[in-house]
Amino acid sequence: MKLKSILFAATALTFGSAAAGATDLTIVSWGGAYSASQDNAYHQPYMELNPDVNIINDESSPEAVAKLRAMNEAGNITWDLVDVEAADAIRLCDEGLAMEVDHNAILAAAPDGTSATDDFGEMIVADCFIPQIVFSTTFGYRTDEVPAGVEPPTGACDVFDLAKYPGKRALNKQPIANMEWALLCDGVPYAEIYSTLETEEGQARAFAKLDTIKDETIWWSASAEPIQMLADGEVFMASAYNGRLFSLIVEDKQPVEMAWDWQMFDLDGWIIPTGLSDDKLQAVLEYLNFATDTQRLADQAKFISYGPARKSSIPLVGDHASLGIDMAPHMPTNPDNAANTFVNNYEWWADNRDDLDAKFQAWLTK
Amino acid sequence: MTDQTHPATVLTTRDGVPLKVSIARALRVRKLYAALLVLPLFFFVMISFVLPIADMLYRSVENNIVPETLPRTIVALQAWDERSGETPSEDVFSAFAVDLREAAEAKRHTRLGSRLNYEKSGVSSLFRKTGRRVGRFEEGNYREQFLKVDEDWADPEIWQTIKQFSSPVTSGYFLAAADMERTPDGVQFRPENERIYLFLFWRTLVMSVTITLFCIALGYPIAFLLASLPLRTSNLLMIMVLLPFWTSLLVRTSAWKVLLQQQGVINDTLVWIGLVGDDARLSMINNQTGTIIAMTHILLPFMILPLYSVMKTISPTYMRAAKSMGASDWYAFWRVYFPQTVPGIGAGSILVFILSIGYYITPELVGGTSGIFISNRIAFHISSSLNWGLAAALGVMLLAAVMVLYWLYDRIVGIDNVKLG
Repeated sequence: MKLKSILFAATALTFGSAAAGATDLTIVSWGGAYSASQDNAYHQPYMELNPDVNIINDESSPEAVAKLRAMNEAGNITWDLVDVEAADAIRLCDEGLAMEVDHNAILAAAPDGTSATDDFGEMIVADCFIPQIVFSTTFGYRTDEVPAGVEPPTGACDVFDLAKYPGKRALNKQPIANMEWALLCDGVPYAEIYSTLETEEGQARAFAKLDTIKDETIWWSASAEPIQMLADGEVFMASAYNGRLFSLIVEDKQPVEMAWDWQMFDLDGWIIPTGLSDDKLQAVLEYLNFATDTQRLADQAKFISYGPARKSSIPLVGDHASLGIDMAPHMPTNPDNAANTFVNNYEWWADNRDDLDAKFQAWLTK
Repeated sequence: MTDQTHPATVLTTRDGVPLKVSIARALRVRKLYAALLVLPLFFFVMISFVLPIADMLYRSVENNIVPETLPRTIVALQAWDERSGETPSEDVFSAFAVDLREAAEAKRHTRLGSRLNYEKSGVSSLFRKTGRRVGRFEEGNYREQFLKVDEDWADPEIWQTIKQFSSPVTSGYFLAAADMERTPDGVQFRPENERIYLFLFWRTLVMSVTITLFCIALGYPIAFLLASLPLRTSNLLMIMVLLPFWTSLLVRTSAWKVLLQQQGVINDTLVWIGLVGDDARLSMINNQTGTIIAMTHILLPFMILPLYSVMKTISPTYMRAAKSMGASDWYAFWRVYFPQTVPGIGAGSILVFILSIGYYITPELVGGTSGIFISNRIAFHISSSLNWGLAAALGVMLLAAVMVLYWLYDRIVGIDNVKLG
């Protein structure tokens, strides 16, 4: 009898507390090592500080744009915070699917008092976008297949040099980055890339440059593909996300090295879906304030080789959490790696993506 | 007495109702019950299948966003001649300022920008930029104020695009899906370097037919073995047919990568035997060969199972009878056995063909550039470019192509000749 009443009381308590305080936050991200790094750097510490918050990981970021639109049309938003690339954030913002935010009002200032807007600086590429990391699309090559007596490749332009580095290459099956590299390596000055690419002749020139390696190129669409092809020796050189190359080289110890020159920076960050209830929004904002502060962004770099989006976080980047190696030299933003870099022009691509994508696909099928 | 001996003009039941009426009544009640029983299924199919598809199909022509966001501008644009090559009058600009201000307050202007950007590159940022500033416009002289924000507002092509897509229903998506576009001079094909969809439709059909033929060639002997071997052996074989069927599609596709790539198992073996030189490894993946091999493997069970269930019902006595009357093995097979399996081939072919024209994951992973299908583009427009109108139009065209093929199939083979078991 006594036991029964204790059980009853316990049950009532659990239900009571669940109804009173516990908040479920559904946070959407990319899965794999990336979600793990967020879990270690943001989610776990936050849940320790706030025992009444329960974070649910959803790995739907690859199809986030389409799903958010479908949810919005159905009038049933089940996500609270979504991790997307900057280009998608702009698209979601344009479509009215992501909430516009006042960065200074909702994000923490840097420890020295610099406002969030200044600390993130140019990384805030859309009113809906809350930057998190800088990653880059760069090149990896097989060290064991560099021809004897030849300098190893150093960057993007070596991809176009079939005479010096024969063998297959892998490139991303999209115009973004490839068109810019083609023009850069064909001698177009950096400052004139986008104005050149806007003209018919400029596009023809980029395609002509890509034509020179078309027969030797395998086009990837899933980000794991170039890594697998490098590991199997299927290609000599491949464009890939630097974090994945880091795992391949440092964690899996494959004979692969990075060629950083003209790496393309890209941003990844959070968006808040429009249409959240007030309580949910409050909970999300509290979480965001914590998860994007200077220390948290620096912490994430312990688990994955992506650079923090805040300037104030960069000096705090330390050693890898389990390997113990210094992470700074592996960051795309490290000065040794960042002699020549470019950031894709989001606004320009938002305008020209549909048009150039059609042309790129038509070029591919030819 | 007389009533019964004379054939009655109308048969009635005991209570005087004509028999025919009574039977019809009883049947009607039964039919009603039957209808009530299927009613839940009917609603389920309507809600979960017919309505969503109808909605998706409607998107291929839907264009409400333009007239809803710019109602005044569209009225004002009526007076403007799009062939004049001149920028519209101040009336249009002032109407546009009012429309755009309202749209910017409701944050709809960027959506409209994305919509029109499908038709003309650059509109997206133009709307985004102007939407930010239009709230601060002063009364009067709107043309100048718009041009101050961006010179592009003087470009008549922008206004042509708006006028062209001003009706709530548009054929624009279908034209784009057929590699065409509407210019002031009428409907034309797009420039050569932008044409892609018709070619992809054609490739999808050709490759699906090829995959279906491969499935018949490979599946027929296996199904024959399954049907003729003793039960114990055939069960084991059946498990081997079904086992891959239960394995994840992605796992199977990745396995093909490991096997077929240039540094893969097959090439390594060939080089090791000496059949192929180390520098002349075969490329069997990231091209059409890869797609055909991987998809034939994945779709093979859909051919084997209907074939098997048809072959299982063919009595072995027919073959024995044919042979006892002097037919050779081949003659007996070709004239007696094979015709009876045609319904199975028909069913299997329809299944494999229809599944394969809608496939996109496998072609995306192993097809390279020469082995991708139209469905890859549909998936791209649904999930990446968010151009759902174009995706819907491509989907409608694919559906129409399948229906035409189905009709042809019915005319040539006859749909009654299809048997799933």
